[in-house]
Amino acid sequence: MKLYDGGKIFIGLIIFVAFAAFPFYFNVGKVNAKPEPKTDTPAIQEWEKQNGKKQCVESKEFMRTEHMQLLNNWRDSVVRDGNRGYMSDAHTKRFNMSLQNECMRCHSNKKKFCDECHNYMAVKPYCFDCHIAPKEEEKS
Amino acid sequence: MRALISLVAVLLLVAVAYGMAEANMRFLLGVVIPYAAVAVFIFGMIARVLKWGSSPVPFRIPTTCGQQKSLPWIKQSKLESPSGTMGVLGRMALEVFFFRSLFRNLKMQRYEGNQLAYGEAKWLWLAGLAFHWTFLVILLRHLRFFTLAVPVPVQMLEGLDSFLQIGAPILYITDVIFLAAVTGLFIRRVMLPQVRYISLMADYFPLFLILGIGVTGVMMRYLTKTDILSVKILTMSLVRFSPDASVLGQIGVLFYIHLFLISVLFLYFPFSKLVHMAGVFMSPTRNLAANNRWKRHINPWNYPVHVHTYEEYENDFRAKMKEAGLPVEKE
Repeated sequence: MKLYDGGKIFIGLIIFVAFAAFPFYFNVGKVNAKPEPKTDTPAIQEWEKQNGKKQCVESKEFMRTEHMQLLNNWRDSVVRDGNRGYMSDAHTKRFNMSLQNECMRCHSNKKKFCDECHNYMAVKPYCFDCHIAPKEEEKS
Repeated sequence: MRALISLVAVLLLVAVAYGMAEANMRFLLGVVIPYAAVAVFIFGMIARVLKWGSSPVPFRIPTTCGQQKSLPWIKQSKLESPSGTMGVLGRMALEVFFFRSLFRNLKMQRYEGNQLAYGEAKWLWLAGLAFHWTFLVILLRHLRFFTLAVPVPVQMLEGLDSFLQIGAPILYITDVIFLAAVTGLFIRRVMLPQVRYISLMADYFPLFLILGIGVTGVMMRYLTKTDILSVKILTMSLVRFSPDASVLGQIGVLFYIHLFLISVLFLYFPFSKLVHMAGVFMSPTRNLAANNRWKRHINPWNYPVHVHTYEEYENDFRAKMKEAGLPVEKE
């Protein structure tokens, strides 16, 4: 097979392959650490001791995929309606809709909990642009 | 009818993906088919380009829309009728990045009986441009599933795309424009009678396929969410060629439909009109300089032809010509 303008065609093909195969060579030799969000803060352990199991506001599956939506709804409810009461499906308990005072009371380990998956997914939520993140001691 | 069959075909693909995901064939859906699709896409495109490259282009056939290079006091239209490499590069860049030729799209109408009138019709250009650019941005944004240290440009692109900060997960502007543009292109195809007349299944099918990909993607992000952490663990294991089947069960069915439609798109790509992705670079009507008037282009399959010149003819018949009183050039 004779190629006409073969040089130009090969340059084009090399550029195409470089783009198409980018994910395959970009990750070569880089660490592939899976995220491991930690739910072992003192507050959670205390809860587990009292109730016999770990339990967030809603089920783990729900929280995993819908927590951003939940927080967004909470914000709207608090800021627009002044309503801070939240009755969850998983509990019969009433929760206080508050990121700093409710969520972060248990999950006081933002770096080992929130950031673990958010960094893995390269998601940058803007929660803590306004809210104050819990103080954490750097333990290495 | 052709549109309907294409729609049914895409819905069938959705049903197939749904059935396979439910029937515990997720390894096939999540690992085998995507690998096969990417391989067919890359090698299919290369084969297609090499096949095109093996056809000679003996003549200069650029389509020009401006004054060609001429006398020094006549102004040349350097981008519309390029005479050198730089002009061709500029022209190609305009075509590839801004769809220059679509910008010339016209609509033709009859008025007052048989009078013909031509007017501008920029909607095709606008929707086409919006569709292609947002598709590119969405594709690049998906690199966040395929890289661990997500490249800074990809993160910047994502930040820019979501800067309206509407809802959570944050709305991407490109998602809205993309779906609107694809829908607009489809409506144009069925609304204009002339365009509908020349539209084939091969035109409708990719439109519906891409629309299906967009809709399932948007649904997964904004409506029935999927466990994207498991998705990224899967995609990262795929790009490292060590598929992690342990997460396949945790991912929602909608993801498998999305992935299957994309796999079909990749498989279909090299064999369909979608190869215009490569074809636009290889169009001799665009990528050649219009230098026919001062450069000789020799046909590569020319073979030596014996030519009997007049001089030879005269040498053969000079005596007889003189006898008959005919004029000769050499005595």
